[in-house]
Amino acid sequence: MGAAGTAADPRHELASRARWRGLEAAFWLAALSPFLLFPSHLQLASQIAITALFALSLDLLLGYAGIVSLGHAAFFGVGAYAAGLLAKGGWGEPLSGLAVAGAAAGLAGYAASFIVARVRHLALIMVTLGLGLLVHEAANKAHWLTGGADGLQGVRMWPLLGRFRFDLYGYTAYGYSLVVLALAFLVVRRLVHSPFGLSLRGIRENPVRMPALGAPSRSHIRKAYAIAAVLAGIAGALLAQTTETVSLATLDFQRSAEVLVILILGGAGRLYGSLVGAVIFLVARDQFSGLNPQYWYFWLGALLVLVVMVLPNGVLGGLARLADARPSSGGRPAPSPGGRGIVGRLARLAPSRRDRTS
Amino acid sequence: MLVPVVGVLFDGFAYGMLLFLLSVGLSVTLGMMNFVNLAHCSFAMLGGYVMITLTQTLGWPFLAALPAAFAAAAAASVLLERALYRRLYRASDLDQCLLTIGIVFMSVAAAAYVYGTTQQPIETPPYLRGAVTWLGLRLGVYRLFLIATALAITLVLVLALEYTRFGAQVRAAVDNQRMARGLGIDVDRRFAITFALGSGLAGLGGALAIEMVGLDPVFAFTYLVYVLIVVSVGGLGSIGGSFAAATLLGVSDVAGKYYVPELGAFLIYLVMVGLLMWRPAGLFGRR
Amino acid sequence: MVAKDVELSLPPGARYALIGPNGAGKTTLINLITGMLPPDGGHVLLGEEDVTGLEPAQRVKRGLARTFQMNTLFPRLSPLEAATLAVCERRGVATTWWRGLGAYRGEVDEAYGILCSLALDAVCHRPTCELPYGQQRLLEIALALATRPRVLLLDEPAAGVPRDESAGLFAAVAGLSQDLTVLFIEHDMNVVFRFASRVIVMVGGQILVEGTPSEIAADRRVQEIYLGGGRRG
Repeated sequence: MGAAGTAADPRHELASRARWRGLEAAFWLAALSPFLLFPSHLQLASQIAITALFALSLDLLLGYAGIVSLGHAAFFGVGAYAAGLLAKGGWGEPLSGLAVAGAAAGLAGYAASFIVARVRHLALIMVTLGLGLLVHEAANKAHWLTGGADGLQGVRMWPLLGRFRFDLYGYTAYGYSLVVLALAFLVVRRLVHSPFGLSLRGIRENPVRMPALGAPSRSHIRKAYAIAAVLAGIAGALLAQTTETVSLATLDFQRSAEVLVILILGGAGRLYGSLVGAVIFLVARDQFSGLNPQYWYFWLGALLVLVVMVLPNGVLGGLARLADARPSSGGRPAPSPGGRGIVGRLARLAPSRRDRTS
Repeated sequence: MLVPVVGVLFDGFAYGMLLFLLSVGLSVTLGMMNFVNLAHCSFAMLGGYVMITLTQTLGWPFLAALPAAFAAAAAASVLLERALYRRLYRASDLDQCLLTIGIVFMSVAAAAYVYGTTQQPIETPPYLRGAVTWLGLRLGVYRLFLIATALAITLVLVLALEYTRFGAQVRAAVDNQRMARGLGIDVDRRFAITFALGSGLAGLGGALAIEMVGLDPVFAFTYLVYVLIVVSVGGLGSIGGSFAAATLLGVSDVAGKYYVPELGAFLIYLVMVGLLMWRPAGLFGRR
Repeated sequence: MVAKDVELSLPPGARYALIGPNGAGKTTLINLITGMLPPDGGHVLLGEEDVTGLEPAQRVKRGLARTFQMNTLFPRLSPLEAATLAVCERRGVATTWWRGLGAYRGEVDEAYGILCSLALDAVCHRPTCELPYGQQRLLEIALALATRPRVLLLDEPAAGVPRDESAGLFAAVAGLSQDLTVLFIEHDMNVVFRFASRVIVMVGGQILVEGTPSEIAADRRVQEIYLGGGRRG
């Protein structure tokens, strides 16, 4: 039989990837630091946590299943409006509002997934873009419900757990957002290291091979899409609850594009990439907020170009390559930038570069 | 009430022709190399601003500035292709999307910085203003000019594709890139030329668009959505498909705004998603 | 017309080879049998069951597996992950998300076993894209085997594999279970002669002739097709 050792070995390697690392513990500890070190910036920290959750939800779709979505903000907005409308209607309890928002977004995601799971490449990009634009337009026109361009007014939240009020200082906001983020992160982390996570990665790596293994790809994609929608909706609800407003900006293309940028900046398919990206992006935007908005967009564009050309696996990918010690690849560096594939395609399988026949 | 219907059809067709000019380049280059160039409308915008500068600031005649707009956009695309795009031909859809979105952001910011954020006024020459009356219908002269130009270009494109060697090679590359390379066709060079032509046409479209729909820095975004709709609905690499889809979209948009303004763009997006569900490769697409 | 009037039946445990010049429609036939291409007419029967209306994934579940002529693998997954994925899908646990892969002892062990039988265990943790071509071809077969097929369609398993790596491949093909029905497309006549009990010749989308390897080798028409009979049998 094999020379690799006992039968326990193969599982050991797979299981080792799911183990918590010291660096992760350090990260979450550092996440508590704003309470002590930046108490005047807690509102910003709360925004970062919310955006991180939103980016995490997209990472599940994009980084792990390889589904390019240009309209993910639709679910963020659905969650935000659901939570906002519930509070406006008189029920301001935060946690149940979160649940309702997640359910609403999840339902929308599940419905949309039937369309999304059936297309790929440009059609997929267009369908997700189209759905995002549709939802935005619908919200815009339905101002009797959403307040239209003026946004939703009259959102009043009750104290969290009966004790913690939402105020301008942001202690409750950040604590609340951070805990929700952490819980969601735990769930996603588990999912990613499970057989379902493996199936999603299979879909990303080679969507053609999956049916040849008997895998119901479309069904998997629908599940992933629905889960991602739930998480995005919860993030939107957090925003609505912590800021006590909801506007159309939660749904627009700019938000969909920004979360994509954040994810790519941090590194897709790496869980922490969404968190790191959110921190970098929002801190940078806060620092440059005094500037002319045109400058911001110019440098954002330049950053995107730079990231794609030079750091295709994002900040975390670049760091990983520097460290050059990733257990999953046995100490070898990740494949070269030109060949990186989030949406794997037959012609781009690395073997074809060494292909001796055509 | 026939007259409003015909008027709507006419305006819609003219708008469709504009969309066709803006989209045809993207459709062919997407079909050839599968390169998702979301910055396509930035070239259109460039053509528009070049037009403005030439006619308003430098006093060029309108008809002389149009080819200049074409050339400027084509030149810019050559530069961009050499510097950046060429490295990403085999990259993923996502990488291409992100790179080109980044370029759009930069172009929009640059345009706002240089020209300001307001709509640009343009003075069309007197012979293109006003309307003619034909069979009791008032047809705008500019729109007639636009339609005529677009149809002429369509004819040239179709003839070139069908009857020239270059056209045959382009068709081969769209059909089956690997095979075309195997036959010795330098697909990369054909692509570079096609890309320049397509971007030039977009620039021309942008220049022509000013009078009809205006020009401001967010043009690159606003019309990107329409162009993407035309391309995905019409099918990649298909001139006929782009023509049909552009016409359909142009007429639907104008008709929608005239008859059901409350719905806004909602209808367009819904129709697009529906069409893509039914035919993911577009109406005339092959894949 | 790429494939026309093809009538083919494979008895259980058979080792059939499908040969023919390029463009004869061999891969198309496999695509039709597996459901990747819809037929204009006719039926595909697996055992007693008519699977013509079923999707490819459903046919795999009923025991019809294939490999691809061009490696169709998961570049950034390791062989162990890929094989485990196949086993999990087969066992129906691929949708569970609350337990880590390490907890699925049975599935991982089975995947590991398959890799061992194809001598891929030493490299089972490296990303697929880093494996040499010959081992990737073996992984192709491993993934198909992980679905526990009754019928296995191999599309040019030895294609592009250099001489020094082909021994492993031959061993793999020889080692396939006797209960498994195998149809393989091959150009390499060594492989055909070693493993096939019967040979089917396809030309221009139709079946030209069928027979034992020696009968086919002696057939005048086959010799003409293969460049005027210059080939060794």
